[in-house]
Amino acid sequence: MIHSTQIEVLCHPYSEEDIMRHLMSPLDFSVEELNDLLDLANDIEAHPDKYAHICAGKKLATLFYEPSTRTRLSFEAAMLNLGGSVLGFSTADSSSAAKGESVADTIRIVSCYADICAMRHPKEGAPLVASTKSRIPVINAGDGGHQHPTQTLTDLLTIRSLKGELGNFTIGLCGDLKFGRTVHSLIQALIRYPNINFILISPEELRIPDNIREDVLIRNHQNFAEVVRLEDAIPHLDLLYMTRVQKERFFNEEDYVRMKDFYILDREKMKLARPDMMILHPLPRVNEISVEVDDDPRAAYFRQAQYGVYVRMALILTLLEVKVC
Amino acid sequence: MLNVGKLNEGVVLDHIEAGRSMDLYRYLKLDKMDCCVAIIKNAHSNKMGKKDIIKVECPIDQLDLNVLGFIDHRITVNIIQHGEIVSKKELSLPKQLVNIIHCKNPRCITSIEQGLDQIFFLADEEKEIYRCRYCEEKYRSSRKKK
Repeated sequence: MIHSTQIEVLCHPYSEEDIMRHLMSPLDFSVEELNDLLDLANDIEAHPDKYAHICAGKKLATLFYEPSTRTRLSFEAAMLNLGGSVLGFSTADSSSAAKGESVADTIRIVSCYADICAMRHPKEGAPLVASTKSRIPVINAGDGGHQHPTQTLTDLLTIRSLKGELGNFTIGLCGDLKFGRTVHSLIQALIRYPNINFILISPEELRIPDNIREDVLIRNHQNFAEVVRLEDAIPHLDLLYMTRVQKERFFNEEDYVRMKDFYILDREKMKLARPDMMILHPLPRVNEISVEVDDDPRAAYFRQAQYGVYVRMALILTLLEVKVC
Repeated sequence: MLNVGKLNEGVVLDHIEAGRSMDLYRYLKLDKMDCCVAIIKNAHSNKMGKKDIIKVECPIDQLDLNVLGFIDHRITVNIIQHGEIVSKKELSLPKQLVNIIHCKNPRCITSIEQGLDQIFFLADEEKEIYRCRYCEEKYRSSRKKK
C-alpha cells in the first residue's frame, strides 16, 4: 500500500523552492551556457556510448498539439538515445485539448507522469503558460509563428560544427520571414555573436515582423539589409538559411498559393554562390530547394537534422541536471 | 453651478480629457470599490476648454494609480488627506499591465486559455510600446504625447 505522502512525493519531484529551468527562447541561455551546451552536444556526437544509459528511468513527455514529424521524432530519438523513455500525443485531437482542457491543467497532470516535457502548440505563448504551472522542465518545441528555440540550438550547433565558429559571417535568411519562427529565434540568438551581417530575403508580404526588426536588429545595432531577390543576395553569403512558406500560418488559401513558390533554390542559383557557402533549412522543405541541390556538397540540411538529435540530447541532460560521471 | 463637496481622504483626478472619465472609472475598477466616487463631466477648464474630474474618497493605497500613466500622463493626481492636498503624484508608464488591455493576436494563447491574465510589458519606453508577455504582439499606448 502506498502511503499518501509517498504519492505526494511521486507526483511532485520538485519542491516549491527549486528554481527549475525551462527553455522558451534561445535567450534563456547565456552565451557561456550555450557554449557549454554545444560542447556537450559535440561530446555526445563523438562518444555516444558514454551517454547511452544516462537517463535510464527518466521519461520525456512529448505534447504536440499540432502535427510534426521531425521535431517530435528528434526529441523522442534523443531521449531513447539517452536510455530514457517517451510518452505523449502527436495531435490535439488525441489529447484532452479536444475536450476543452486548458494548457495549464494538462501540464499539471503531465507533471505527475514525466520528468521533462517538450510542447508544440499552434497558439503563441502556450509553452510559457505551461512553464508557469509545471513541476517539470518545459521545452518550447515551437509555438505558432513565435519561437522555435530547439531548432535554433540545432542551427547553432550545425554552424559551429561545420564553420568552426559562431561569428564573422554573412547569413541570408530567405522565404517566409514573417511567420517563420525558426528565423525569429535564430536572429535573436545570433546577435550575441560578433561580426554577423544579416540579409533578409523575402517577398514584401512576408517581411520580418517589426518586433524582430526594431527590438532585436535595430536596437542592437546589427548590420542588416532587406531584399526581395535571392539572386541579388546569394553571391555575398557565407550561409543561406532557406525556409518553407507555411500553409498552416495563412488564414487565406489564395495568399498561400501566391507565395508558396516565390523562391526556389536550384543549380542555376547555386552557380552564383560562393564555393563554401553552406545551405541550411529547418525542414521539411517543399519546393523551395530543388532536389537537384541535395547532392551539392554545400547542402548541409540533412546533416543539420542529425545535429538536432545531439543538441536535444544535450538539452535534456542540461535541464534534468544529469551529469556524466 | 454644480457643487461637489471636499474630500477628507482620497484622490482627485483632474485635467482628464473630456469624455474619458468613464474609461478611467473602468480601468481603476472603481465599480468594484465600496467607496464614494464623484464623476464630473465637461467641467470648464481654462487650459483645456472642457475637462472631466473624478473624486474618490478612499485610502490612497486602495487604488492602483500606475495605470493612469498608461492612459494619459497629463492627468493631475492630487492626494488628499484631512481635507487638504498633501501631494501631487507624477505619472509614468507602468512596467507591466495586468488585465488592462487585451492581446488582439488571434494566434496568441490568451485567445483560448481560460483564466489567463492578460499581461503586457513595457518593451520600449521612448516609443511607448507594450508587448504581450505570451506572443510579444505590439500594443502602442493611445495616450497623447506631451
